[in-house]
Amino acid sequence: MITIDILVTQMTGLQRQDLERWIANEWVRADRRADDYVFQEIDVARVRLIKELRDEMQVGEEALPVVLSLLDQLYEQRRRMRELCDLLRRIAPEEMRETLARYLEEGAAAVRADEAASIRPVPGPIRR
Amino acid sequence: MEDPYKTLGVARDASQDDIRRAYRNLAKRHHPDLNPGNAKAEERFKELSAANALLSDPVKRGQFDRGEIDAAGQPRAPRPSYRDYAEGEPGRRYGPGPHSAAWSADDLRDMFGAMFGQKSRPGGRGADEHYALTTGFLDAVNGATRRLTLPDGRTLDVKIPPGTADGQTLRLRGQGGKGSHGAPDGDALIDIHVLPHRFFKRDGRDIRLELPVTLPEAVLGASIEVPTPGGPVRMRIPPHSDSGTELRLRGRGVPAHGGQAAGDLFATLRVVVGAPDAALEGFLRAWKPEHPANPRHAMEAGS
Repeated sequence: MITIDILVTQMTGLQRQDLERWIANEWVRADRRADDYVFQEIDVARVRLIKELRDEMQVGEEALPVVLSLLDQLYEQRRRMRELCDLLRRIAPEEMRETLARYLEEGAAAVRADEAASIRPVPGPIRR
Repeated sequence: MEDPYKTLGVARDASQDDIRRAYRNLAKRHHPDLNPGNAKAEERFKELSAANALLSDPVKRGQFDRGEIDAAGQPRAPRPSYRDYAEGEPGRRYGPGPHSAAWSADDLRDMFGAMFGQKSRPGGRGADEHYALTTGFLDAVNGATRRLTLPDGRTLDVKIPPGTADGQTLRLRGQGGKGSHGAPDGDALIDIHVLPHRFFKRDGRDIRLELPVTLPEAVLGASIEVPTPGGPVRMRIPPHSDSGTELRLRGRGVPAHGGQAAGDLFATLRVVVGAPDAALEGFLRAWKPEHPANPRHAMEAGS
């Protein structure tokens, strides 16, 4: 965790008043400590991203909220996918994971073909 | 090492031609052969050559511009990007809300639908319901009927057809979720898990088995009883058999089913010498083989 002074010194080309505006806009969620802000590693990376978006990719500050909001949604989904993958790795039997991987690779057509091959109606009386 | 752009005195967006021209001009001035004994010029020339080597190669120049390699062409430790944080736990800091759960009930229904007892939409066909059934090896080979009790108390008699393989799914039409407004009921999908057998192994339509035989049975031949999925069967062991000899019992594998012919049973003999026997030892000491042979001949070095 670093303070705003250290961050402004470390990151060349970063103006303190820009950073303060970004915090006020809630683009960067720095923590308040006494009279100062402190930044976690993710905040620092996000400041660098915003700076690169603005200075190198020419995304103006008017467009930035839209871009950041879309990015946040994208990463939210990627975190979920990762969570799901972690869980599958931990609890799904190896065979199921292999089947999933194969289907994901080969697409929906492979799933339909397999179902047609391995599933057949079972005749005979069904008791309820 | 200095920034190669500065070394050559060109702008970061200089064209390849600009770079070549700048290098030639400077190289002319600092070439060691034109400045004999001038150590400074030699040092400078080395820097110029390195800078030119880096910037005149579009691939390397791109890597340097993106910060992937340094001025000496060495890979630079990648700076952690926003993505490295945002995809992991710390990313929640910029998630939709401070305490919102990552997974909503809607998400789970979208993904797993019927598994979570999803009720079908009005007028829709009932949902398919998935079940798992574990069955013994012989029941799967020969076919069997097994009763499955469903979570709602219903029971289903599942007919496992002969020749069912591990991982196969059976579909019971109309035994899944209720259809609403006159639409058909969903199906029950039953994933079959087949337990392994103590000595039978499935190989498509065939069954394989390792069959222990005594020394006299192998050498002299015999008629012995062999287990098969359909019950014991007598089989003739021909004389002069050995460990590894494979014998086939035609039609004694997976029974005929669904238009497929019955498979075969393959028995691989394994000679068992058995408990110590004084007479056998006495015989072997006196025994002079008719054709002495070394069974490990093929394993010898160089062969």
